[in-house]
Amino acid sequence: MLAFILRRLFQAVIVMLTVSLIAFTLFRFVGDPVNQMVGIETSAADRAALREQLGLNDPVLIQFARFVKNAATLDFGNSYQFKTPVIALIADRFPATMELALASALFALLVGIPMGVYTAIHRRSVLSNVLLTVSLVGISLPTFLIGILLIFLFPVTLGVLPSFGRGEVVSIGFWKTGLLTASGLKALVLPAITLGLFQMTLIMRLVRGEMLEVLRADYIKFARARGLTERAINFHHALKNTLVPVMTITGLQLGSIIAFALITESVFQWPGMGLLFLQAVQNVDIPIMAAYLLLVAFIFVTINLIVDLLYAVVDPRIRLDARAV
Amino acid sequence: MRLKTVFAAALAAAGLALASSAPAAAATFRFAFQGDLKSLDPYSLNETFTHGMLGNVYEGLTKRDKELKIIPGLAESWEQVEPTRWRFHLRKGVKFQNGEDFTADDVVFSAERSFKPASDIKTRIQPAGTKAVKVDDYTVDFVLPSPNPILNYEWDTWYIMSKKWAEANNSVEPQPGAGQQMSYAALHANGTGPFIITEHQAGVKTVFKPNPNWWGKPEHNLDEVIFTTIANDATRVAALLSGDVDFADPIPLQDIDRVNGSANAKVMQGPELRTIFLGFDQYRDELKYSNVKGKNPFKDARVRRAFYLAIDENAIADKIMRKAATPSALMISPLLFPLSKDFVRPKADPAEAKKLLAEAGYPNGFEVGMDCPNDRYVNDEQICQAATAMLARIGIKVNLLAQPKAKYFAKILVSGGYDTSFYLLGWTPNSLDSFNVLANMYGCRDEKGAGGNNNVGNYCNPKVEALNKAILVETDTGKRDKMIEEAYKIGQEQDWGYIPLHQQALAWGVSKKMKIVQRADNQILFYWFRKE
Repeated sequence: MLAFILRRLFQAVIVMLTVSLIAFTLFRFVGDPVNQMVGIETSAADRAALREQLGLNDPVLIQFARFVKNAATLDFGNSYQFKTPVIALIADRFPATMELALASALFALLVGIPMGVYTAIHRRSVLSNVLLTVSLVGISLPTFLIGILLIFLFPVTLGVLPSFGRGEVVSIGFWKTGLLTASGLKALVLPAITLGLFQMTLIMRLVRGEMLEVLRADYIKFARARGLTERAINFHHALKNTLVPVMTITGLQLGSIIAFALITESVFQWPGMGLLFLQAVQNVDIPIMAAYLLLVAFIFVTINLIVDLLYAVVDPRIRLDARAV
Repeated sequence: MRLKTVFAAALAAAGLALASSAPAAAATFRFAFQGDLKSLDPYSLNETFTHGMLGNVYEGLTKRDKELKIIPGLAESWEQVEPTRWRFHLRKGVKFQNGEDFTADDVVFSAERSFKPASDIKTRIQPAGTKAVKVDDYTVDFVLPSPNPILNYEWDTWYIMSKKWAEANNSVEPQPGAGQQMSYAALHANGTGPFIITEHQAGVKTVFKPNPNWWGKPEHNLDEVIFTTIANDATRVAALLSGDVDFADPIPLQDIDRVNGSANAKVMQGPELRTIFLGFDQYRDELKYSNVKGKNPFKDARVRRAFYLAIDENAIADKIMRKAATPSALMISPLLFPLSKDFVRPKADPAEAKKLLAEAGYPNGFEVGMDCPNDRYVNDEQICQAATAMLARIGIKVNLLAQPKAKYFAKILVSGGYDTSFYLLGWTPNSLDSFNVLANMYGCRDEKGAGGNNNVGNYCNPKVEALNKAILVETDTGKRDKMIEEAYKIGQEQDWGYIPLHQQALAWGVSKKMKIVQRADNQILFYWFRKE
C-alpha cells in the first residue's frame, strides 16, 4: 500500500511539473502584463523598468525554473494586480470555492441517487419519464445559461434569493464560511444548483443504468424468491452494488466541479478561486494563473489518489489483488 | 400564562431588533462596478475608477466640483508668487483618519512619494524637477524650473498621504511591481476624506463608513457603503433589477431599455470625457499591414481625409451606439475646451473620398490591417466592423483584427513597438486640459516612445510642436486658448491627423431610491449621493 501511494505521489509531481510548464509556455500568448499594471500615461522607460523587475525579459525556461524553485517553498510571488502574495489571495478564496463545490456535489448526490433509483424501479411511470426528460436540460444547457435563467427567474422576477455574491460570512480561523448565516445559505442555493445540475443528471442516469443491470442479476431474483421486502432488495442489495462506479464518477467529478466552478462563479460573482483566475486571465496576472493551475492539478491528482484508495476499501477483490502483487 | 409572557417578550425583542436595524439598512449604499479596486495605495495605478474610489477617502490640495471646476481641497487658497513659484495655504485643523494632524510635512512627503520609481503618478507635478518646499506648518511653495500654467490641474487626484503613517508602516515607497513584501498602504487607507475604509477584500468587496471627524459638511446621508465587483454584465444588470445593489456601472447599451422599463431602477446617461477615435500609422516608410509596398499611403493627408470622409459617424452614433454617443470634431470633449464650438465635423462624403484617393494615386483603393479592442470601450468591435464596411464603399479593404484589451494594447502601444497600421483608441486627458491631448496625441515621438508616448501612429508636424512648447508656458488663458485652437486647426483641418469619432455616454444604472451626482469624468464620488 505504501509503495502504491509513493508511486502515485511521484506521478503527481510529474503531472504538476508538466502542467506548469505548459501553462508557462501559454502565458506568452495572453498579452503583456505591464500594460495592465500601469496607467496609459506611464512612460516607455518606466514600463521597461517594470518588465525588467518582474523578470519578464528572461527566457521562458529561466522564468519557469524560478517559478518551480519558489513554488517548492510554497512561494508563488505577488499578484501583479493586487500587490499581495498570491498564496494569501488563493487561501482567502479557497473556502468559497470548496463550499460551493461541496454543496453542489451534495445536491447532485442527494437528488441524483434517489431519482436514479426511482426511475430504475418504476421504469414506465409518468414521473420517471418527466424526470428523465427534465434531466436532459441539465445535460444539454451550458452552465452559464442555466445560471442566467435562474437569476432571471428567482431574484429578478420573483424577488427571492440574492442575484450574486456570497452573503455574510463568518470567520472560523482562516476559513471564512457562508454556511452559518442566513444570507450565506440563501446565496448558496442558486450557484450550487447551477453547478450541480450537470452532475446530478449524470449521477441519476448512471444509477439508473447500473440499477437496471443489477436488478436483472441472479442474486436479486434469489433474494426475491427468499421473500425479502422490495425495500431491502432495492436499497440494501441492489443500490449498494451500484455504488462503486457512482463513487468513481463522483470523485472524479468533484475535481471538475472545483476546476470548472469558474463559470458558475463568474455568473454569480461568487468570490472563489475560479473568479480570481478568470480576472487574472483578463489582467494577465501571471502569478495567480500559475498558482491556480498548479492547485487545480494538485486537487485532481489528490482526488484520483483518494478514489483509488477508497476502491480498495469498498471492493475487497481489489484489496486482495493488491496484496498478491 | 408564562408561555404567553415569553412569547410577548420575544416579539418585543424582535420588534426592537427590527426597529434598530431598519434605519441602518436604509442608508446602506450598495454598488457594483465591472472592475476591481486593485490597490488602496493612491500612487500605484493611474486609472479613473481607482482615483474615484480613493477620492472618497483621500483628498488632494485641490478638488473638483460637480461640474469639474477646480475648488479648494486641503489647500484653502493658492497664488503664484512668481511664474515659477506657487504658494499653497493649507487648511488648518484637518486630521487624518488615524487622528494625526495634517501639516505641510505631509504635502512635501506626498510630493516626494509621487516622484518615486514605483509611482504611477510621476507626472502629477510638472514639469520634472519641481520641488515642494515647506514655508511654515500650513504653507507650502512649489518651485518650478519653468512656468506651468496648469500646475494644479491634476492635483484633485494627487492624494495627500500622512508622512508619519507611511513611515511607521513601511510604505514610504509605493508598492513596487515586483516586490515580494506586502505593502501596508495597498491594503489600508488613511486619508483625510469623508469616508473611511473599514474592510477591504481585494477583488471582492470594500466597505466604507463615514468619517465622523471630516472637516467638511457631508452632503450624503449614507451610513455605510459596500462596493462589490460584478464583472459579468448580465449579473450586474440582474443585481440592479432585483434590488441587490443600488447602483451598477456600466449598463450595457442593449440593456438600457430594460432597466428603464423596470419598476425600481433607471439609467442615468451623460456625456463622458473620453474621445473615441481612429488613428493611422504615419511614421513607417512602408505600411506594415497592407498590400501597398515600398510606401506608406497614410503619409498623404489626402488619404487620411478620404478615410475621414468615408466614415459616417452619424450612422455609428445612431445605430451602433444607439444614440448614446456625441459625434466629435475634435480629439477632446467639448466640455473641456471652450473654443470647440468653432469646429464642425465634416459630413460623410464617399464620392469626395473616392476622388481624394484617386488623386493620391489609389483609384482602386488598397488593403490595410486594422487593430481594435473588443472589451475596452462601449461596442468597440462593432464600431470597427462598421468602419470596415464603410471603407469598403470607397475601395479600401480592411482586414480587421479585434482582440481583448490585454493583447490589443500589448501590440499597438510602445511595449509592442507600435505594431499597427490603423487602429481604434480612446483618450481622456487626465488634466482635463487640451495640452495633454496635444502632447500625447499630436506630439512627435521617437521609436522608443520619448515625446508623445501615446501618439501611436506618430503624427508629427513641427508647427504643432512649436505651438505646444508655447502653450506649455503661456499663462494668459485667452492667448493660450487661441494657440490651442490653432494647433487643432493644423492637426485636424489641414493634416487630418486623426478621425475623431465620438464621446461615448456614461450609463449608470441607479435605483430609484438614490439621488446621485454623475460627473463627466466617470469617477464615482458617493460623498454626494443620497438614499431615500
